[in-house]
Amino acid sequence: MYTQAMDTAPKEERSSLEDAALQQRFDARIDAGDFIEAKDWMPEHYRKTLVRQISQHAHSEIVGMLPEGNWITRAPTLKRKAILLAKVQDEGGHGLYLYAAAETLGTSRDQMIGALHSGKAKYSSIFNYPTLAWADVGVIGWLVDGAAIMNQVPLCRCSYAPYARAMVRVCREESFHQRQGFDALYVMMTQGTPAQRAMVQGAVNRWWWPSLMMFGPPDAESPNSAQSMRWGIKRNSNDELRQKFVDACVDQAKVLGVTLPDPELKWNEQRGHHDFGAIDWAEFWRVVGGDGPCNRERLAARVGAWEEGAWVREAAMAHERKRALKEKAA
Amino acid sequence: MKPSVRPEVSKGNQAVSGEWPLWEVFVRSKAGLDHKHCGSLHAPDAKAAIQLARDVYTRRQEGTSIWVVKSDQITASDPGDKDMYFDPMADKVYRHPTFYELPESVNHM
Repeated sequence: MYTQAMDTAPKEERSSLEDAALQQRFDARIDAGDFIEAKDWMPEHYRKTLVRQISQHAHSEIVGMLPEGNWITRAPTLKRKAILLAKVQDEGGHGLYLYAAAETLGTSRDQMIGALHSGKAKYSSIFNYPTLAWADVGVIGWLVDGAAIMNQVPLCRCSYAPYARAMVRVCREESFHQRQGFDALYVMMTQGTPAQRAMVQGAVNRWWWPSLMMFGPPDAESPNSAQSMRWGIKRNSNDELRQKFVDACVDQAKVLGVTLPDPELKWNEQRGHHDFGAIDWAEFWRVVGGDGPCNRERLAARVGAWEEGAWVREAAMAHERKRALKEKAA
Repeated sequence: MKPSVRPEVSKGNQAVSGEWPLWEVFVRSKAGLDHKHCGSLHAPDAKAAIQLARDVYTRRQEGTSIWVVKSDQITASDPGDKDMYFDPMADKVYRHPTFYELPESVNHM
């Protein structure tokens, strides 16, 4: 499960006088730590922000099936194949929980999918990178799912209850994803050949920086974060979570016996955290903007699946209409 | 106030788009317990809804039985009526056994 803080929100619209009282009550509920349910009054900007964030999150799950799906037929053993199938199926499931949560806000499934396919809606930029080797599957579990978990655990306390409930379900399943990835890498690093260990290191080198980008732009360039924090949609800042992730990964990399590809990565006694090198934000925005290594391929795969499945969806509905007619006649 | 259809979802434009209808899914986690609402999904018919619910909501043996019902068949109370509906019970503490202080010797009653 994968979110990415994009912070491309529109500016808050001015509330009418009539809404002022409702707004005040809403703010008070947020301050009190109350959950907001689908039919409760909410500011239009809160609703729009949630639709964008939850649908983007759902799209990320669905598109996220593609890079790993690439290795299902080529997994090295039956055990790894079964694990990978289960994981990819989970990602599909997570996408469905999240689409359902977004639909409670009054948007339809078709509208959301249409927005993805037209390029209007974004998904996490991490999935626009290719999975070149089997070790990439393990590294996605360890680093990409690891970063996703850091992002997602706080969302279980999101002020919008249907989203929070979906996230509880997602997070419960996510730990398996990270652990299976680490396990696959650990086996290669401790029992594998030099070539296999080199493959793992190569995959770590390619995925490390894109994983750090998953936390979104630096706080200073994330002007809408404050609003999302105020609303309890977001609980920690991008940089805060990114730092937590780096600190956790350093020790895990040691256990694995791989090097993280950042010469500036070192412990800072004063801060009590690891310092790390500058992230290439130009690359991030380029990939978000549609020009990553696999953007076109990913979108084409999704659009193709949707179009080729159209006759199945229509046939299933036609079958049900026929059955209902027969039942009526009987 | 008129009851709102389904607590979570407004009806959207299913009819227009040809989207599969929305179903609410209830799962009994183990024998002896209630079915509990766990989410929703789109499916063309009831049989497919059950099958899809199995795959979406019980991949790790979370259930022993599934109910599905079309979302537009659910009538829910209006959140706007919450105070009017539920607050009157707030001052009726005598409905609870703990309201009654009995002599020590029979207080386990």
